[in-house]
Parts: sequence; C-alpha cells; structure tokens
Amino acid sequence: MIGGLRKAPLSVLIAAGLAVTIVLVALAAPLVAPTNPLDLASFNLIDAELPPAWVEGGDPRFLLGSDNQGRDMLSAIIYGARVSILIGGGAVLVAASLGVALGLVAGFVGGRLDALIMRIGDVILSFPTILLALMVAGVARAVIPDASGPKLAPFILIGAIATHEWVQYARTVRAATMVEAQKDYVKAVRVIGLPTRRIMFGHILPNVMSPVLVIATINLAAAVLTEATLSFLGVGMPPTYPSLGTLIRIGNEFVFSGIWWIALFPALALVILVLAVNVVGDWVRDRFNPKLRGRKA
Amino acid sequence: MLKALTSRLTQAVLVMLVVTACAFLMFRYVGDPVRVLSREDATQEEKAELARALGLDRPVLVQYGGFVARVLRGDLGVSFRNQRPVATLLAERLPATLELVFAATVLALSLGIPLGVLCALKPDSVLARAVQALSLVGVSTPTFVTGIVLILVFSVGLGLLPSFGRGQTVDVFGWPTGLLTASGWRSLVLPSVTLALYQLTLIMRLVRSEMIDALSSDYVRYARARGLPERYINFRLALRNALMPVITVTGLQIGSLIAFAIVTETVFQWPGMGLLFIQAVSFADIPVMAAYLLFVGLLFVAINMLVDVIYALVDPRLRASAR
Repeated sequence: MIGGLRKAPLSVLIAAGLAVTIVLVALAAPLVAPTNPLDLASFNLIDAELPPAWVEGGDPRFLLGSDNQGRDMLSAIIYGARVSILIGGGAVLVAASLGVALGLVAGFVGGRLDALIMRIGDVILSFPTILLALMVAGVARAVIPDASGPKLAPFILIGAIATHEWVQYARTVRAATMVEAQKDYVKAVRVIGLPTRRIMFGHILPNVMSPVLVIATINLAAAVLTEATLSFLGVGMPPTYPSLGTLIRIGNEFVFSGIWWIALFPALALVILVLAVNVVGDWVRDRFNPKLRGRKA
Repeated sequence: MLKALTSRLTQAVLVMLVVTACAFLMFRYVGDPVRVLSREDATQEEKAELARALGLDRPVLVQYGGFVARVLRGDLGVSFRNQRPVATLLAERLPATLELVFAATVLALSLGIPLGVLCALKPDSVLARAVQALSLVGVSTPTFVTGIVLILVFSVGLGLLPSFGRGQTVDVFGWPTGLLTASGWRSLVLPSVTLALYQLTLIMRLVRSEMIDALSSDYVRYARARGLPERYINFRLALRNALMPVITVTGLQIGSLIAFAIVTETVFQWPGMGLLFIQAVSFADIPVMAAYLLFVGLLFVAINMLVDVIYALVDPRLRASAR
C-alpha cells in the first residue's frame, strides 16, 4: 500500500499528506493547540464571540475567532478533531474486529450459524447507518443514566456506529474464507489435525485481511461523518467534551446572529478531513479492485 | 413466480416481527410504563395495581402478542412528553416530511440526470470535470453543513429566503400542504435543496456510469453503423436504457431520504417526523421512538419487497429462474 503510493496521482498524494497531517496534529492536540479548551480556567467571557484575527475587531490571540464562552476556536477545533478521529477510528476497529470474526466463523463453519449471522446482517443493512445509530444511541441514553456524560458517550457512539458497519466486513471475509477453505494449504493443516480455531485465525485470517484494510480506509471517513451527524443532532458528545459535530451544533445557534465562525470553521475542518480520507480511500479501493483497474472510476 | 413471491413475503413478515419485537422491548423495558404513568408519590400497592391493569404481570410472549395486536389496530401508545396518542402525532407530521422528500427527489432527478449525461457524453469538457470534482466534495460534505452554509448565505447574508418552519399551510382534504402558498414555497427552497444535494451526487454518478456502459454496448455500435443521428442514439437508445437502474435506485432511496430528512429537518426546524423523532430521542420519549422505528421499518421492508417483486415481473431472466 505504502510502496504503491509512489505511483499515485498528485491529488491522492496531496490528500494523503493532508489526512496524515490533520490526524497527527489532532492526536498531538495538547502539544500543538495554542490553549486548552477543556481547561475552564484558561478562557474568559470577556473574549467571547471575537471574530477571526483578519476580520475587523479580531484579536491576534484568536486566529479563528472565539466562541460564545471565549474559547479559542482553533484550539477547540484541534481538540474536537482529536475526539472525532478517535471515535471514528474506534468504531472502525470495533466494526472490523467483530465483522472479521463473525465472517470467518460464518464462512468456515457454515450451516445454520452462517445463515443466522448473514440474515441478521441482511436486516441491519436494509436500514441506513444513521437511523440505526440514532436508535442505538437513543435507547442507550434512555437506559443508562449517565450515557450522555463525557465518560460513556464515546463508547456509546462507537457501539452505535459499529452496529451497522460490521456487516460489510463480515460479508467480505465470509466470501473470501469460503474460497480459502477450498485451497490446498487449508486441507493440509486440516489433515495435520490442527484445531478449527487455529486454522481459522492462524491460517485463513492472514490471507483474507487485505480487502478488510481497504474497507476500513473507506469506512473511516463514513464513521467520522456519522459521529459528526449524531453529535450535531445532540445524541453524541456533550458540549463539555466536544467533537467537531458538537462544535458545529453549538455554532449553529449563533448562525442567525451573523456569528458565522463558530459553526463554519469546525465544519470546514470536518469537510477537509473527510474529503482527504475519501480521496485516498477511493484510490485504494480502485487499486485493490482488479475489475476497476484500467477503467476510470 | 408464486413460490418466489411467498418466500419473499415470509421474509418480509419475519423482518417486521423482529422490528416489532425491538419496539416492544423498548416499550416494555426501557420506558418503564409504570413509573411514567403513576403519580410521583404512588405507593408500592398502587404501582402493582397499575402493572396488573396494564397486563405487565402476564408472560412476556402474551404481552408481545397484545402489543402486536394493538399496533395492527393503529394504537401506538401515548407520548410521554406531550400526552397525546403517538399515531396522531405521526399522522400530523407525515405530510411535512413527504412534501420535503418529494420536492428533494424531483430536484435531484431534474438536475442529476442532465449532469450525469453531460459527464458521460463529454467527459473532457471543463464543465464535466468541474461537476466531477464537485461531486466528490458533495459526498464528503455532511447534510447539516450544507444546510448551515445555505442558511448563512441565503437567509442571514442575503436575506432572501426563510430559514426555518414551513411557512403558511393550507388544508386540502385534511392534508396540510405548504405547496399552495407563497410562503410555503419560499420555506421549501432551502430544505429541499439541502436534502436533494445528498441524492444528486448519487444519481449523477449512476447516470454517468450507466450511460457510459450503454454507449459502449453492441446496440449502440450497430446504431452508429446504420448511420442513425447522434442525438437519436444518445437520448433515445442509450439514455432510455441507462434510466432503468436510476428509477430503481431512486425508489430505494426514498426510504433513506426519509431517514436523512431527520438531519435536514433539525437544521431548518421543519415540522416533520424527523424533528419529532429527534425531539423524542433527546427527551427519552420511548413510545414515539418505538413508533418511528416501526414506521420506518415497515417503510423499508415494503420498499425492498416492492423492488424485488417489480424486478421479478420486469426481468424475464429472474422470472424464468424463479419458476
């Protein structure tokens, strides 16, 4: 994957660079951000609603302006991006692990278990991600008392997104496993008498992983978007520990008074992040799909 | 044919049973009806009495049966939040959502098809390249960001269009419509454009790829060899064949569009079902959530089944294999 990047078109290289930079900056938020927006003592209401530095009335201390509580928007965005990326990445990780495990079992064991897993997947896939995620998050908030608190919210979001996304992995891995299971090396290890679990995870798994990585790249953008949408709708991260979606939700209340920067800059950051990941993801998918090779997608 | 139809129908009924079971579980265990319906200072005996009156002491399966029977009669319970029947609430909100989805679909089709054709016929033109690049940006821009930007530009900045509500409505046979008043039309513009943009990209990409496939097919090559006029080939032959899957996908998308309307309705405070649902989520109003789940579940199952049946009717190959 990395080696092939040398032959990639310029747009993909730029997108990849952008995506890596955003992720690195976001993950290193405490080192990079000018202030700590989570530290209540670091900001002051006197600085509230200042426009970006280059606009009249702006303050050079707040490059992208400040929000309604006097927090620096740039710092809030960097910290928010960190939350978004960690939740998006977490959701991809959980969905991929669950999907790969279930897909392996379905493909290798077959029979009723296979039918059961795949039917559940069919039902889940007939609903859009956002709807299912809203339902899961909504029910979780009704059942668990502290579900909207900053400690539990990320895990609920990850679970809500992964509920839908695992099916794609399971379907792909199941199909690949069925092909692998017929090959000679699997027959050979069966003859040796290795336990099923070791055949599945030790021998088949490494050979079905490459499509999983492709799906994971594409899914990362989708997961970040779903998280942002849930947070925007008010069932995601709380304002005390905002993700990019939460920041946009907060900013949305000020749009009508002409204070555009509180909503617009986090939105811009979100779009750039997702766009960059999408460009890379599309390219990776086309490269790994022999059917599409040579054809412009 | 009949066999395929029955198996498809059985599957649909099974899915609906699963969905009702989820709704029932939410209703019965998440909402805790006793706590909600009894007074704050109710004694244990009063609560037990209420539980008996509601039938909560009976076996779970019997309760589930009762729940299904009530749902089939159209009784979806009473909203915790505003103490009104959920069925009525949904019925009140349905017209707003349907009008929004309808307007968005019309908009997406009338823009997406010509743009897709353009990209297929003149792939190297400046316009086609710009459209292609913009469509990638479109896919990466969440609906709520589009909505906020539109509000900023057209409502706050230019002051041209209203940014919330559906304007004045007129009752036509009990259906409150915004399509007959000037303010209704003006209010519809921004939400429907926002919702349409999400679908527009999809339709455009689909038309483009289907059109490219059709243009490289044998019948188009023979039509060229016969010397038929280019316009006839492009629009009468290629486009017609390219539109079949577009119609299917648009039909399938109506369900997701209703689901995605949740976001658009939240941004524009559009009084539809999506807004009702999201308010229910934030107030933990379980009956409304469960009813919405049932409604959307039914909608999706119905649409999926309809598409399968139409396919079986239209495509002779599927008809043959099903026999």
